[in-house]
Amino acid sequence: MRSLRSRYLRGNLVLGFVILNTIVVLIPLFIIIAYVVVQGFNYISIDFFTKELGSPARGMLGEPTGLVHTIIGTAVVDLIAIIISIPFGVGAGVMLSEYPDHWANPVLRVLNDTLNGMPAVLKGLLAWFLVVKPMGSFSGLSGGVALAFVMFPIIARATESALMNIPWSIREAGLAIGLPRWRVILSTIIPAAKTGLVTGFLIAFARAAGEAAPLVFTSFGNNYMPVKFMGWIFGPVDTLPMRLYSLAISPYEHWHGLGWAAAIVLLSVIIASFVIARFVIRDKK
Amino acid sequence: MTTEKINEQKIRLQTKDLTVWYGQTPGVKDISLDIYDKKVTAFIGPSGCGKTTFLRALNRMHDLTRGARVTGKALIDGQDIYDPKLDPVIIRRKIGMVFQKPTPFPTMSIYDNVVAGLKLVGIRDRKLLDEVCERSLKQAALWEEVKDRLKSPGGSLSGGQQQRLSIARALAVEPEVLLMDEPTSSLDPQSTTRIEELIGELKEQVTIIIVTHNMQQASRVSDYTAFFYIGDLIEFDKTTKIFTNPDQKRTEEYITGQFG
Ligand SMILES: Nc1ncnc2c1ncn2[C@@H]1O[C@H](COP(=O)(O)OP(=O)(O)OP(=O)(O)O)[C@@H](O)[C@H]1O
Ligand SMILES: [Mg+2]
Repeated sequence: MRSLRSRYLRGNLVLGFVILNTIVVLIPLFIIIAYVVVQGFNYISIDFFTKELGSPARGMLGEPTGLVHTIIGTAVVDLIAIIISIPFGVGAGVMLSEYPDHWANPVLRVLNDTLNGMPAVLKGLLAWFLVVKPMGSFSGLSGGVALAFVMFPIIARATESALMNIPWSIREAGLAIGLPRWRVILSTIIPAAKTGLVTGFLIAFARAAGEAAPLVFTSFGNNYMPVKFMGWIFGPVDTLPMRLYSLAISPYEHWHGLGWAAAIVLLSVIIASFVIARFVIRDKK
Repeated sequence: MTTEKINEQKIRLQTKDLTVWYGQTPGVKDISLDIYDKKVTAFIGPSGCGKTTFLRALNRMHDLTRGARVTGKALIDGQDIYDPKLDPVIIRRKIGMVFQKPTPFPTMSIYDNVVAGLKLVGIRDRKLLDEVCERSLKQAALWEEVKDRLKSPGGSLSGGQQQRLSIARALAVEPEVLLMDEPTSSLDPQSTTRIEELIGELKEQVTIIIVTHNMQQASRVSDYTAFFYIGDLIEFDKTTKIFTNPDQKRTEEYITGQFG
């Protein structure tokens, strides 16, 4: 028999190894964040959050420019994506997990896997075909639909596995007191799987929020605020990931700086969404 | 004596050649059995003989089990339980069930667990719900232990308390038939006694089937006993007959503890 001391030693070795690995993984993350912040920090200003970008001349002439239209546009497009993808994604996840014998189940699974494996550009093309073409214009709505295609399969999969983690006996207990199947799912299974669902929404959101490719043929981009309020939904709008790219490849130094600043905002949005969700989950428990 | 006889003749539940298939193998086979109204029927038999399987067939619990299939007939008041036009929810409103293992709804408080069957079908009358909650918890011998913490989660109770919570939840919807699958196997002697008393009180209004491995319990609480063995119904008769003078040799061997 091994002595207690050697077992403690081994325990500590394993723990040390785990900590070391964690640090190794976290280092690149911190380097990226630090680099982005250093590069873009000087370009974060009141103007950045209140002025629109305009033409390149504005920056070169020293006139105030910013990315307020990009930030609002991102919020609009992401919100549309969330509004569309959560009900459909959760619905699909419920079907996948709760109705394994339903004829639609295997069909949905194939569709979902296909969508999941589809390159993001194609999702943009799909949204272009479904929304831009019939409506005759690039739009925030079509961008939202394109990102919904990104979020939907992730949410469906996360919902499915979160629901599958709830013991089958809970469903039977609900049925045994005379509740209809949908009521059992809605009032006992989904609340029990809430943490898993919220985590799924988040991963999906974080993925979609950083995607530029699906937005190329859909929300398209815009250097200005839409003139009318509905222009945010029905006209071309700017989004952070696409703007980041176009600023980065532009030949203007001022725009490069704005690009870094845009990256700070994008990173903050993604990090903040994770932090907020953690609190939501903890609060409810 | 005559009323007793009439009462006895009223059949509440009836099965004819009922077989439950798990894939190609039967869990129970060709069971034909009458369950009498407002009587307690005990199901006994060695582990794995199909008691749970048969019980679950009576309120269509197998609908959800993958690969499970029921053939033959099951009737309640002469109506086919497996009538494809019939919503199983209607059957399950009438036929309640307490499972072998406790199954509190994980996110719900003790209170919400108990009244779930009412609240989730739209009953919002707070006073009524309070009354039902208290009555059911008292019946299930849990009230004294939880009355000061009805808002805490159902999952925070001990295993035995959770089982009594599951019993209270089943009682709250006032089923006409109650299927109890080893309801006291995780309970201490005191709670067990209380549940047995409850069964005695309930049978004034409710038809009860109880699965048990405890022979004393079967003889104490039941009017009729069915003995199952490897998927077959071996013998069904009045409990006094089964426990004093069974027709089948295997029944006698089981009851006297010679196997199983
Ligand atoms: N979901 C299932 N799939 C396949 N076989 C099953 C399933 N459930 C039960 N069985 C089988 O059916 C038979 C009867 O099982 P059942 O659970 O009804 O026994 P039981 O009499 O309730 O036993 P116990 O006293 O241990 O609870 C067993 O052989 C069991 O292995
Ligand atoms: Mg059993």
